[in-house]
Amino acid sequence: MTTLVFLEHHHDPAGGAELQKGSLGVLAKALSLGGDVAGVVLGSGVGDAAAGAGAVKVFVCDDPALASPLPQPRVDALATLVARTGAETILFAASVLAADVAAGLAARLEAGINWDVTDLVVEDGELLAKRPALGDTVMVDAGWKGTPRIALVRSGAFDPAERAGTPEVEEFASELQEHSTLAELVGQEQEEASGPSIEDADVIVAGGRGLGAPEGFRLCEELAQALGGAVGATRAVVDAGWYPYSTQVGQTGKSVSPKLYIACGISGAIQHKVGMQGSGTIVAINKDPNAPIFDFADFGVVGKLEDVVPKLTELVRARRGG
Amino acid sequence: MKIAVCAKQVPDATVHKRIDPGTKRLDRTGEGALNPTDVNAVEEALRIKEARGDGEVVVVSLGPSRAMDSLRKALAMGADRAVLVADDAAAGSDLVATSYALAKALERESPDLVLFGQQSSDSDGAVLWAAVADRLRRPLISQVAHLTVGDGTVTGKRQTEFGYDVISAPLPAVVAVSDAINEPRYPSLKGIMGAKKKPAEELSLADLGIEADRAGEPGSRTTVVALGPPPSRGDTVKIEDDGSAASKIVEYLAEKRLL
Ligand SMILES: Cc1cc2nc3c(=O)[nH]c(=O)nc-3n(C[C@H](O)[C@H](O)[C@H](O)COP(=O)(O)OP(=O)(O)OC[C@H]3O[C@@H](n4cnc5c(N)ncnc54)[C@H](O)[C@@H]3O)c2cc1C
Ligand SMILES: Nc1ncnc2c1ncn2[C@@H]1O[C@H](COP(=O)(O)O)[C@@H](O)[C@H]1O
Repeated sequence: MTTLVFLEHHHDPAGGAELQKGSLGVLAKALSLGGDVAGVVLGSGVGDAAAGAGAVKVFVCDDPALASPLPQPRVDALATLVARTGAETILFAASVLAADVAAGLAARLEAGINWDVTDLVVEDGELLAKRPALGDTVMVDAGWKGTPRIALVRSGAFDPAERAGTPEVEEFASELQEHSTLAELVGQEQEEASGPSIEDADVIVAGGRGLGAPEGFRLCEELAQALGGAVGATRAVVDAGWYPYSTQVGQTGKSVSPKLYIACGISGAIQHKVGMQGSGTIVAINKDPNAPIFDFADFGVVGKLEDVVPKLTELVRARRGG
Repeated sequence: MKIAVCAKQVPDATVHKRIDPGTKRLDRTGEGALNPTDVNAVEEALRIKEARGDGEVVVVSLGPSRAMDSLRKALAMGADRAVLVADDAAAGSDLVATSYALAKALERESPDLVLFGQQSSDSDGAVLWAAVADRLRRPLISQVAHLTVGDGTVTGKRQTEFGYDVISAPLPAVVAVSDAINEPRYPSLKGIMGAKKKPAEELSLADLGIEADRAGEPGSRTTVVALGPPPSRGDTVKIEDDGSAASKIVEYLAEKRLL
């Protein structure tokens, strides 16, 4: 029974490619389940990246067509490898890139895919995926009909293990489909963080689209200042240009675990939740009583930000003598 | 330019979503609504059409017959037509089966651009487009927060874990947009009235030449084995603001020694 684990790497501008922590966590989980496990590194000039996997078999496809972080040529490469190895299970750690590779591969191989997986277990010799569904209101044991099986693991589900030794690398070549190389990376922007990192803050006051406009963030900034905390944001407002990328909390942003997290006008999407559920205490203010954030906030207020937050700031200032 | 928007009906946000323990499928009997992030995809399609001054926007969906009620919202916003693949034999379709049926419906339409929303509120997958793009053998750009359509090309800017990528692809292409891409319009009264007269077509699996073993449960490759309670989340409190919420938050934080 062969399991392949997609090992995602990131080329940092300073040079060198590093394997992502999430993929290494999935690799550790796969190894703990037993059977033949191999990692897969797909890229251009990534020979060194595989070293981060430790003593394990790693298939490497080094091809200029895999230079950009785009999914479709990676579907081709994995389909080639699955055909060659007869792999029965292909595992991915959730990321913007990996999700598209996994789902594209599912269609290519007519393979079942389970996503948002938080645990993998073998029961009576069968692989089962545990995945919370419907906004984490129910836990589903999901299985597969036949092979190959594909799973996309939720961010942060598995910790990487210390892995010593050097991998046994086997290079392979991939055929590319015509449609797979049509999309092209034409630009990249990396945003340098400014100010103190939200990852170190004890208190985070985070704002979402409920703030209504970029100026709305003043409410969060004043409350954060009164509490001696930092300001965080959702992807929706970061993508809309209301607040800097470096303050984004969630799957594609930062993972934070302050003592106190105050969510202002944030709906509580799973991708936001995975970045802040480790917070000590979560307070949420939202005008929609059905907002999913109330399912996991310790203290929820159904109300309008403009009514609640300024008063809260005033009371905190009075108490802290600010 | 012909633009197809993939959109689905989901349980309305006010409905408590549940999986039917008997069928192990989502209970879809309650009130439905157009999936919130698909409204952004419809809006983006309308803006592209309006900017170019010509073209057609067709909404394509897989779901039960009653899903047409929700697709009418897209027509009321300004979409020209709706095509719904509705068939009892398609119930319980997973990603493999859903992507196959949608690809068949899209092949029939043969649009220049296929748009997807960010994620279905009932599946939280945010993955379907990649499967459909592979079946259609078209280039894909996903999670797009800013889209420009040029002559024969599309360019999208999207966020990743490391910053922003700008990706370009020739048409025909598949693009999935994020919910930050635009602020959707509300349908006007005139739009709502007009939507009733717009073409709304329902297709069966047979109409699209979809084999019975490639749809619904027979065509699916995943199974639900068991259902259980979610991980416990401890004690939670939820109050309605009556003017005193701020002081109640302060009391709560003081009690937890967080102030
Ligand atoms: C692959 C992927 C990765 C993602 N990564 C991330 C990530 O890293 N981080 C992230 O945050 N998201 C991420 N998302 C997006 C996520 O799914 C949501 O779309 C996003 O978190 C929503 O942001 P929001 O809560 O600000 O906006 P919305 O969902 O629009 O919520 C706004 C909320 O404000 C409330 N509100 C409105 N007005 C008021 C008012 N006056 N007073 C009080 N409340 C009000 C509304 O009731 C609503 O609940 C990702 C999505 C995908 C598909
Ligand atoms: N049954 C369906 N019919 C049409 N479009 C769909 C359907 N399911 C999902 N979609 C589209 O695919 C996107 C992503 O869905 P998902 O991968 O289920 O989160 C949605 O935002 C819709 O645009």
